[in-house]
This record gives sequence, C-alpha cells and structure tokens, in this order.
Amino acid sequence: MSDDPIISISDMGFTYAQGARPALSGINLEIARGEYVAVMGLNGAGKTTLGLCLNGIIPHMLMGEQTGQVRVDGKDPGTVVVREMARTVGIVFDNPEFQMSQITAAEEVALGLENLGVPAEEMPERIAGALRLVGLDGFEERAPMGLSGGQQQRLAIAAVLVMRPSILFMDEPTSNLDPLGKDEIFEIARHLNREEGMTVIVAEHEVEVLAEYADRIVVLHEGRIALQGTPAEVLSRVAELDALGLRAPQVTEFAHALSGASADLPVTMDGTLRWLEARA
Amino acid sequence: MTGGAAMISVQEARYVYKHGNVVALEGLSVEIAAGELVGVMGQNGSGKTTLTKLLNGLLKPTSGRVIVDGRDTSQHTVQAMAPHIGYVFQNPNHQLFATTVAEELAFGPRNIGCAPADVEERVAEAVEFFGLHEILALHPYRISFPLRKLVGIASIFTMRPKVFILDEPTTGQDHRTTSVIDRLIVRLAERGDTVVCVSHDMPLIAHVAQRALVMWNGELIADGTPREVFADKAVMDRTHLTPPQVTRLSMRMPGRAGRPAALSVAELVAESR
Repeated sequence: MSDDPIISISDMGFTYAQGARPALSGINLEIARGEYVAVMGLNGAGKTTLGLCLNGIIPHMLMGEQTGQVRVDGKDPGTVVVREMARTVGIVFDNPEFQMSQITAAEEVALGLENLGVPAEEMPERIAGALRLVGLDGFEERAPMGLSGGQQQRLAIAAVLVMRPSILFMDEPTSNLDPLGKDEIFEIARHLNREEGMTVIVAEHEVEVLAEYADRIVVLHEGRIALQGTPAEVLSRVAELDALGLRAPQVTEFAHALSGASADLPVTMDGTLRWLEARA
Repeated sequence: MTGGAAMISVQEARYVYKHGNVVALEGLSVEIAAGELVGVMGQNGSGKTTLTKLLNGLLKPTSGRVIVDGRDTSQHTVQAMAPHIGYVFQNPNHQLFATTVAEELAFGPRNIGCAPADVEERVAEAVEFFGLHEILALHPYRISFPLRKLVGIASIFTMRPKVFILDEPTTGQDHRTTSVIDRLIVRLAERGDTVVCVSHDMPLIAHVAQRALVMWNGELIADGTPREVFADKAVMDRTHLTPPQVTRLSMRMPGRAGRPAALSVAELVAESR
C-alpha cells in the first residue's frame, strides 16, 4: 500500500484512426488506491475510451493517435502487453450476453486464467473464489445463457476478478438490466470497494445511485473533463449539469429549485431530509 | 364499434411456453381504451414481454382471448395485425435493415400495399413528426444510437397503427435524449394513438403515463394511476420496484403525511414554496 495514486493520467489525448475529432483531450486525472470513482457524460463523451486507455486496449488493439502519459499501478499501458494489463485493470461492458462464450460458468471464469497461464490445479479454487465474490457460489456448472441478466453480469465481473486486478472499470454495467439486476451490480461494486479495497471506476447514467456510493464524480464532455469533485461538489451544480445534458439526482434538483443554491446541496435522500429539517 | 369500446381487451389470457412447461402468464385480464398511455412495469421474467407479444399476435394465448382494434389475435397472423399494432423493439439494431433512413421509413407502408403517393405522404408525415429531415439520406447504422431509436419508432409510425408498443424506449439513452423520447411519447398519445410503454425507467412512467400496470410472476398485481401505484408500498416492496426518487422523498417529507405522492420535481417544488 502506498500513497501514490494508482492511476495517474497527465495531459492525455486520443484520436481514433477514423475519428474526425479527438475522443479524449487534455485529460489530467489522478485516482487514489481504493477510491470509488463515477464517470458521467453523454453518449460519445469519451467514457469508454477512457477505460480502454487504462487497460492497454488503446493503443495496442485500437488504432489511433495517443498523446500524454498514463500510469496504472506503476505500469505504462502503452508499453506493457495487454495480457499483463488484464492483471491490473478488469473491464466489464454493458451487455453481459456479448461477454459470454462458454458452456458453463466455471469455463467462462477460467478463460482469463488460461490466458494468464495459471496452472490447472490452481484454477478450481480461484474460480470458486471469484464466483463467491459476486454471490454466485456453487454456480460452476450452470449455463451462462440460462442465467438472468443480473447473474450474467455478475459472472462477467467474476471472469475479470479471477485475474485479481487491482482496478475494476465498469462501462454502463447496469444499462441492460432490470431493477433487481441493477441493485445486484451496485451492491457488488460497493462490496468490492469497501470490503475488498478495490479501486472501482463506474461509467453510468444512474446518478442517484452514484451519489450514494461514489467518492468522486468525473464529468466528461466532448472528450474533456468538464467537472470533477465529490458528489456534493459536482451534483450541486444543477444548471451546469443541465447545460451539459446531464442531470443531478431528483432530490438535488428539488433542493436547488427551492433554495436557488448551486453549492453544498444534498445529493442523497437522507441528506435531503436532514437539509429540509435544518431549513425548517 | 360503440363509443368507449376498448382498443385492447385481454380476457383471461393464459400463456404457457412449450419448453419446460413454464407458465408465463396466468389468466390475465385488462382493458385499455383508445388513446390511453399505459406504462407496464415489472422485473424481467414477470410476464411483460409475453403480454406484449400476445398483444401484437406474435404469441397466441394458450387459453383466453386477446382482442386488439376489434380483431381476435388468434384469428390473425402477426403480419395481418401489424397495420393495427406496431411493436418498437428495445434495440433498434434488431429492427432496422434498409440502406437509408428514407428507405427504412418507406418499407412498412410499401410492404402493406400502400400506393406510392400514399407511401410518400406517410414518410413526409413521419419526417415532420420526428424531425428527421437532415438524416434521410444516411445509413441507419451511420447515425447515433439515440437517433436510430427515433428512426425505429418512426418506421412503425409510417404503418399508422392505432396502438404502439414501445419496449424500453429509453434504454441506452442519456438524459438529453431521454427527454426527447418522453415528449414524443406524450405527443403520440395526444394524437389519439394508444401507447403501451414497457419500461424499467420509473421517472419515464411517472412523467408520461396516465395509467401504470405492475406485473409480477405472470400476474397483473396493480393497475392505477402512476401516483397510486408508486405510493403503494406493498406492491413496490413485493416487486422490488423503486419509485422515482422525488416520489419517495415526497412520501417521507415531514408534515406531508396523508397527501398524494409527488410524481415530478416540479410538482414537489410548487407545493413546497
């Protein structure tokens, strides 16, 4: 454990080979070990590209022009092979079905271990451990396609956790799930962060949930960081968010409309009840 | 048809999937009037999708009847039902296949045998309603996902169905595009179209629907205004649905006990000032 940031990005930019404009530019961002960071932004703001820059898919597998520096847990994703970065940054995408390719859940999870060259005799224990972390204990022999959306997404998370990454990046992990599935995924993210000490980065639109859980919110707009700070700092700026096409939690919009303030507003339900009491 | 007759009438409809003998719908009855805007909520597996497939005739009830626009779906093919009830897929990629947006819009009416002048008129109407002027010549896959979603609705609109079924219209959208979809749905209903909107997006249902249905385990367990349904704690707890945050706030605010729940921020602000 050290006080150095686990992620340090300075003046980073990236333009896809066919891109008319940079997907990311002028990104300066430090993320501390064990932080829970939410990334918000419109579709196309650069959220996914940011994740791909962390695990080396950019620049190794997607062509384009990258500038600036990226350090992730002491490594430079630009020079380390992608397989090696998979031990550091696990990425989970929005559609779990697209990530399922195997006959059983155990095989699905084993895939990452095989790529890392982990000895076969170590696998069952690592697989069981990863499934336990996402609450799928004993699901080894189940067929991924027969699972609910929430369970599939948990399996996709287990498949990256088995590689024991220090960072988990989830790209709109709940956008194709029902409300129960959404709750499951946010609960796992919270558990991994609070109990297991993982650094968690979530790109999401579910602002009301993020306001409860995130330590920090980063708002991307057209490839640049438009706002960043604690949930209270960022989400209190209701008018600015609106101009960026984003919204604050409904409770914050309510407090903003009532008080006219754009700072230090409550961002959670309990916070709003206390805020109302203090005003009364 | 007499005045006030139901546009949709589901009578004791039961549906059992042949594989594994799964009962997806358990004797469900519901009537929806012409011009109603109805939200349908429930977890995956609750029977929402089965219900919508029964409405457009893709599935026929194992027992009971489903009547849409005066037609018993058991007596008609999906194709024959299509001009009466339009199904807009959650994922527009599953629906769009033409090489330009204009072609996409023209395909439906042409397919049901409309004369060229009629096709042209319907396309022009859709372009105006959805504001698609600038993208007509583009390939549907070359436009953004939110726009593709609009094209998906517009390509059903040109069939002029009396009933629209919208499956998760706001999935994959951000706040800005969601509010565009919200307004569109309301405008469809204002034209007198019947709209059935299946969604996990609770604020959407709170903002647009006149009536909310809640499905659980193949049964319809609540039917009322969104205000009534979201305030029904027993139903919300049982189905693990979470009302919009501002609705929950209104129900917990000191000094508000006994008053109706608020459905929007604007509503709660207006009464709190």
